[in-house]
Amino acid sequence: MAKITFITSNNKTIETEATSGSVMEVAVKNKVKGIDGDCGGVCSCATCHVHVKEEFWNAVGEPSELEADMLEFDDNVSEYSRLACQLKVDEVPDGLILKVAK
Amino acid sequence: MKKSTLSDPFKEAREGKGIGEMNDQDDPVKMVLGHKDVRKCAHNWKTFQSGGEEIGRIVVPSEVHIRDVRQIPFEVDPPEHKGYRALVEPWFKRPLEEEYQSKLTDIVNGVVEEALTKGSLEVVEEFSLKLQSRALTLLLNIPYEESELWISWGTHVFRSEDTALDGDKANILYDYIDAQIDKAIANPGEDLYSVLLASEANGKKMTKEEVKGVLILTFAGGRDTVINAVTNSIAYFADHPQSLQRLRDEPEIMNTAIEELIRYFSPLTQMGRVATEDTQVCEHAVKAQSRISMCWASANRDERVFEKPDEVVLDRKVNPHVGFGFGTHNCLGATHARQIMKILLTTLTEKVGSMEILDCKENIEDLDEFKRKVGFDNIQVKFNRL
Repeated sequence: MAKITFITSNNKTIETEATSGSVMEVAVKNKVKGIDGDCGGVCSCATCHVHVKEEFWNAVGEPSELEADMLEFDDNVSEYSRLACQLKVDEVPDGLILKVAK
Repeated sequence: MKKSTLSDPFKEAREGKGIGEMNDQDDPVKMVLGHKDVRKCAHNWKTFQSGGEEIGRIVVPSEVHIRDVRQIPFEVDPPEHKGYRALVEPWFKRPLEEEYQSKLTDIVNGVVEEALTKGSLEVVEEFSLKLQSRALTLLLNIPYEESELWISWGTHVFRSEDTALDGDKANILYDYIDAQIDKAIANPGEDLYSVLLASEANGKKMTKEEVKGVLILTFAGGRDTVINAVTNSIAYFADHPQSLQRLRDEPEIMNTAIEELIRYFSPLTQMGRVATEDTQVCEHAVKAQSRISMCWASANRDERVFEKPDEVVLDRKVNPHVGFGFGTHNCLGATHARQIMKILLTTLTEKVGSMEILDCKENIEDLDEFKRKVGFDNIQVKFNRL
């Protein structure tokens, strides 16, 4: 069980709990504004762009090359950008805080 | 080679010079072929614009001679684009609603049952065109019966047998949309026409002309593309019965399968832009006011990004395809298209045991140095009930 907190661009905080799947799926299930997950998680639409809170960055880790390529051309990209569809719930640190990019 | 195979005519040029060139009605197009270059150009809307003076010019083949209504939001650049897109986006996300999906399921069931009852039929006209037209009534939120008229128009609105661009045929659509707009003004309802007419974008009330621009885009953008995706899916599963069985056994791969089929089919080959300044792509000079295109079909076979690019890998997990375009103008109808694919594939697994291609004629696009099969002009298929 991982606790994941999303902070939307209008500063709403949404706390979620999940055991499996991708972080994008958790966000969509909890109707987190700004995360659409249009492509269902194959790293094609970049509608699940999040900024990882700095203190979690090392635990979450860098994007893969293909994911980094997707992010390269996205708006509001930062050095802590990830696509939530590429983060697995059972691999992210408990208590993770993510800021929604859109 | 199997009948459903869509080969990659761009490989050599993509790996060699990175671009292709085609002469489109004496207004040449420099085709960008590599995945990263395509995405880079799509992202760079300041240098490669969608708007501009000449309406219809970014479409390949160009529609400057047959259209003077600006398609919205597609032929508008930021920042104005944002207001239009924000207006139409929630409407085009309605396919995520359960009620929409249930109605779409009825429509798909209808065409699949008809195919099974008939035993064999010509898929483009009798299956895909019907499915696309009927599904469009949901997207516009208008009565189902309206689809009968669109079906009677045939598969091509802009195209006739002897020419890729047919102004007279296009006018049928434009006159039709004008009449529908007038109808909605006289008698507003819950349909897309009425909703747009009652809306504001970028702080101004939508004009009739703007509403027409949205509707032309909705009709034109989702016709050939959806018809090709549906027809190619039938052909693919007819040729690969084991894939249909796999989807039956592993419904959890449905999502990756759909994205992979979209990558492989790339129903829209390319989309153009006009350069606003002297620039370059892949070290080839692009002059201001000349056109480039982003070739989605080529980018989607780029071996630097996709392993086994010419194979359909139904459970491809990371699949950064650009089948729905990329960047600011990514496909507005993608949610609708994905739902059509999802419900179609699900229905096929539930009802159809196997399919067999009896006869077909390929639809080959002539892109000067490239000839690309994008689907079929016609394809006779036998459907066997599960």
